[in-house]
Amino acid sequence: MINFDDVTFEYIRRDEEGNVESINKALDGISLDVKKGDFIAILGANGSGKSTLARHINALLTPTEGTVFIEEMNTKEDNNLLKIRQKTGMVFQNPDNQIIAGLVEEDVGFGPENIGIPTKEIWERVAFALEKVGMTAYREKSPNNLSGGQKQRVAIAGILAMKPECIVLDEPTAMLDPKGRREVIETITELNKKEGITIILITHYMTEVVGADKVYVMSGGNVKLSGTPREIFKEVELLKEYKLDVPQVTEIAYRLRQKGFPLSECILTIDEFIDAVTNR
Amino acid sequence: MSLILDKINYYYSKGTAFESKALKNISLTIPDGEFIGLIGHTGSGKSTLIQHMNGLIRADSGSIYYNGQDIYDKDFKMTELRRKVGLVFQYPEHQLFEATVIKDVLFGPTNMGMDKLKAELAAYGALKAVGIGEDLIDASPFELSGGQKRRVAIAGVLAMSPEILILDEPTAGLDPAGRTEILRLLKKIHEDNGITVILVSHSMEDVAEYAERLIVIDDGEIKYDDEPRKVFTHIDELRKTGLEIPECTELVGRLADLGLKVDRSCLTVDEAVASILQSTGY
Repeated sequence: MINFDDVTFEYIRRDEEGNVESINKALDGISLDVKKGDFIAILGANGSGKSTLARHINALLTPTEGTVFIEEMNTKEDNNLLKIRQKTGMVFQNPDNQIIAGLVEEDVGFGPENIGIPTKEIWERVAFALEKVGMTAYREKSPNNLSGGQKQRVAIAGILAMKPECIVLDEPTAMLDPKGRREVIETITELNKKEGITIILITHYMTEVVGADKVYVMSGGNVKLSGTPREIFKEVELLKEYKLDVPQVTEIAYRLRQKGFPLSECILTIDEFIDAVTNR
Repeated sequence: MSLILDKINYYYSKGTAFESKALKNISLTIPDGEFIGLIGHTGSGKSTLIQHMNGLIRADSGSIYYNGQDIYDKDFKMTELRRKVGLVFQYPEHQLFEATVIKDVLFGPTNMGMDKLKAELAAYGALKAVGIGEDLIDASPFELSGGQKRRVAIAGVLAMSPEILILDEPTAGLDPAGRTEILRLLKKIHEDNGITVILVSHSMEDVAEYAERLIVIDDGEIKYDDEPRKVFTHIDELRKTGLEIPECTELVGRLADLGLKVDRSCLTVDEAVASILQSTGY
């Protein structure tokens, strides 16, 4: 459903007269293909191009060279924009910057109202979306009193109300406490499994990635590694070169294996570790 | 040199229909030279508490003593407290505003009335301490990477030579290498200069590895104030307040439940690996 074909994106800096001062390639010849219903995670150091990539998916940015297609629609063509943005919603890092209304239900209904959905259907969509993120009980509450995790779930509900096929989340848990992080990850995992929504998750928390179908590792504006979490996280040393890490359990298992401890290659979760030890 | 909070109470929107209690009877002693972790769920009162520590918020009742002096006394110099207790807010790089790195770091000390030479010495010293090389001193802060910007922002506070450095989630939004870089930097500043560091964090792994003392705050009250090793034995209570224990601590705990003779109190990957190897004889 998402197709990047040799995409390059340049940030061009100009001086006061408009002469080009420097060109910075944030994306450098990226090609990738995301299938409908996939759960994709993107890892990469600060400045590796993750957020620039994300902003290409709903046409907030368009390629300097190459093309991005969202279900056969070229993001460069203006008359595709509305459709593309309905299909692909974005959630950002700071929940406080994304909530605009005085009541949770009004906030969730803002999107559909904006595109002229009939009132009755708006309320149906709001009810559906809040139920899916587990926030129905807060429907008539002020968003100000919610926790960070709850605010992010309201932001996700606001996107669900647009009936999207894909949700792009750019470090949605960076500002949340452990419980909030878990709530957000559980919510998007369920939307992926039960509603078949394509998920693109950008994160710096390695443990949030272990449930993904596919992981892309970015560096210098390009995809350096791609594969299942197990294929990626066995590259413990290589990931460190890309300024990344592996989950603590994976690192412990990796180091024990080096000492001759009999464990299967690349353990991703505590449960897997315990299974490996009890079946030994 | 110490900071003592004695029965601090603070209300949000006091005197209105929305009044709610943000801090409840908080008493804390912060002696010299500790590395303290402060954890708690969103809205637990962490940010409100740290803003009391340098006088940005005034308690509704209770007292705060800085080196024995009541900071709410009429003749207490609040500006002095703000210099001695440096506060680095979340995403401090958003507050960089000068044309060059050095000018930005100089802003604090100059503003506090330090003379030019002293201020420059302090600024260069602070940039050196955070590992910003001379090649970047005249660069625009906006040309730096995220991790570099954050280090410049921390240098801006360090340049005022604080005795206590409080940081509100200094690693939020940084990649794993950037997180480690900032945390090691704080440890080094703490060890080299004897500065007290208070690290507010949502990462249990980070406070487990770096803090010598861990304060847990829940709904405006201090729930635990102890060594991290002891605090993280309260797994169920921590989860109830929206927190967690480090992944490696959970792993050794589960292995111990299976009957392995591992140390349940492991706080880091290194400790967990050593303990598992020792208990299994590999």
